[in-house]
Amino acid sequence: MQKRACAFAILAAALTAGPASAYTAYVSNEKDNTMTVVDTATMQVVKTVEVGQRPRGITISHDGKFVYLCASDDDTVQIIDTATLEIVGTLPSGPDPELFVLSPDGKTLYVANEDDNLVTAIDVESKQVLAEIPVGVEPEGMGVSPDGKTMVNTSETTSMAHFIDTGTHEVTDNVLVDTRPRFADFKPDGSQVWVSAEVGGTVSVIDNAKREVVKKIQFAIQGLRAETIQPVGIAISADGKKAYVALGPANHVAVINTDTYEVEKYILVGQRVWHLAFTPDQKTLITTNGNSNDITFIDTATDEPVQSLTVGQQPWGVVISPK
Amino acid sequence: MTSAVPGTLAAFLCFFSLTVNVSDATGQETAAKPEKKTTEIKIGYLRAYAPQLTLSMLDLPPRDEGVAGAEVAIGDNNTTGKFTNQKFTLDVTEIKPDGDAVQAFEGMIAKGDRYVVADLSAKQLLSIADIARDKGVLIFNVGATDDSLREEDCRVNVFHIAPTRSMLADALAQYLMVKKWPNWVLLYGSHEQDHLYADALRRAATRFGGQIVAEKEFKDTGTARRTDTGATQIQQQISVFTQDLPEHDVVLVADESEVFGTYVPYRTWTPRLVAGTAGLVASSWHPASEQWGGIQMQSRFLKTTSRRMLSKDMSAWTAVRAVGEATTRTKGDDAKKISDYMRSDDFSVAAFKGQKLTFRKWNLQLRQPILLGDTKSVVSTSPQEGYLHQVSELDTLGVDQPETKCALK
Repeated sequence: MQKRACAFAILAAALTAGPASAYTAYVSNEKDNTMTVVDTATMQVVKTVEVGQRPRGITISHDGKFVYLCASDDDTVQIIDTATLEIVGTLPSGPDPELFVLSPDGKTLYVANEDDNLVTAIDVESKQVLAEIPVGVEPEGMGVSPDGKTMVNTSETTSMAHFIDTGTHEVTDNVLVDTRPRFADFKPDGSQVWVSAEVGGTVSVIDNAKREVVKKIQFAIQGLRAETIQPVGIAISADGKKAYVALGPANHVAVINTDTYEVEKYILVGQRVWHLAFTPDQKTLITTNGNSNDITFIDTATDEPVQSLTVGQQPWGVVISPK
Repeated sequence: MTSAVPGTLAAFLCFFSLTVNVSDATGQETAAKPEKKTTEIKIGYLRAYAPQLTLSMLDLPPRDEGVAGAEVAIGDNNTTGKFTNQKFTLDVTEIKPDGDAVQAFEGMIAKGDRYVVADLSAKQLLSIADIARDKGVLIFNVGATDDSLREEDCRVNVFHIAPTRSMLADALAQYLMVKKWPNWVLLYGSHEQDHLYADALRRAATRFGGQIVAEKEFKDTGTARRTDTGATQIQQQISVFTQDLPEHDVVLVADESEVFGTYVPYRTWTPRLVAGTAGLVASSWHPASEQWGGIQMQSRFLKTTSRRMLSKDMSAWTAVRAVGEATTRTKGDDAKKISDYMRSDDFSVAAFKGQKLTFRKWNLQLRQPILLGDTKSVVSTSPQEGYLHQVSELDTLGVDQPETKCALK
């Protein structure tokens, strides 16, 4: 009797912890030039696809039909058909594309070209370069406002967030943040941009109306040296209430209350956690852990890690199908 | 050395501290305000230069060693400067290795240089340090590794970007101890700088528990470094020179003068690893370092200069970037403000070494990880894991605050 109760408890736990719906996650593996396709319901690898050299930034069209992947060392963005998992085309990204963001209308891809201090705007349908926008040294992080009117790029050596008007392709504001800003993410209501600074070890919260830093969030994990805490990827929940920040070699993800800016929890994931993505139902967050070659599934109801899954070598970015 | 002080660590852990951001004034600089006046920031570069012979053709210093790093950093600063209305320029002055630095330096001050990157000998650097201080000029030392410049001869206006010999030796010693290769023989050259590096290696041995089981000085008898038929003789010469040494794990070489060190690997009497100024070399940069975004730096440097980036290039890049960082953050060109800022807790500079670099407040030495590399690749980076420190693990490298002889003046 006791045994059965125990088994039931485990079953119940498994049922509540597991992701409710099946989505497909696509993980770029920087070191072995592959993309891992993962079923988020079974938390299993479906397929490993060979792609271009040094795949990093990864995103998906809003209809879920195409994955866009920065093949950094091939100086191109590859287009992968999600139905066949075959590379069906490329976009003229400019040299060494690392990260990019797709406009809310799905028509324009904004790419950071690290080696050339440029942001390239590409029309996805015609595959034409719309503009090259000069920014600071080593552009990397890319975020776009929900209304599509503003794009933010971070430049790592310049340590700025550059606000770009997507209508004119002009830089309108430059906000100084801490050293080596890596990622920019808008809050769903467009009121703020959150920017991580890898070497500075902080996240700057920028007011999108005032274009100034209104809060700097710091991190500390018991037993870890301050230098190992290097914020990189940021994911803000659709309801805008929680922000998850990947802390790189600290091997933890910080969970931040966006009202109080307090870190409410540090979730232990894999080694050198780099980027993260929500499933569309917001129930699961997936992190890429570069140095342990795996991804971690986090249950966002409990903010507990549910499972780790080995993918390719040095997983870098992750994107999840909208359906 | 390997003690952790959790209490001190806890002091750093100020969760969610409400840092009232510095950007309330900085956030509004925009490129779209042409009425703003551009500030010109003149950086001088004073170097002692003469063509130098080396034992290996591969080690011949490029004509623009160091200067090229400063130039790339000027470009980087100016990319940022577009957004902050700052324009950086570099003014290079060369003197002979035994030349008079004072006259050249005074000329640079007259031209308006307030920040001077110095690639000089310790003696030359000292000769200009006090003049600079009285004129409010900041010096950034990228050439001299002498510990004395950070200790008894330290100055309040001289920032040291180049690591010291003791930092380099400690970085190496930590690695050898982690590898459990604790028994060393020390071969050193007969010139002053070779003796200084040998001293640093002896100090490192004491500090980290290595044993120097034997030492030998290699006398410079005036051999030409370029000889057509020298190889055969050298092979025998090094073999004989290392014949009578007691059992050891590693041969340490201290030959900054380029007299014999390059010839030690593969030519010893017993088959042993070589480290020091030959074999596994400790340095502030490596032309093959690509970790921590380093590939971006390497690509940018290669594209601009058509050659690989060397340690002195990285030191000069870091010096000019430090000035850039400080002028951006302080929004000005006031040498006093910049000096104060660089010595404050707010200052840090990123230089592709996996963590922020800051200055040791007690002697203005830049804290930095040290790369250990052979001719082709980076083997390791020190500090090694497990060497803990109550302030910064980077302070396990070199002379630490409790031992310093520096009183900044």
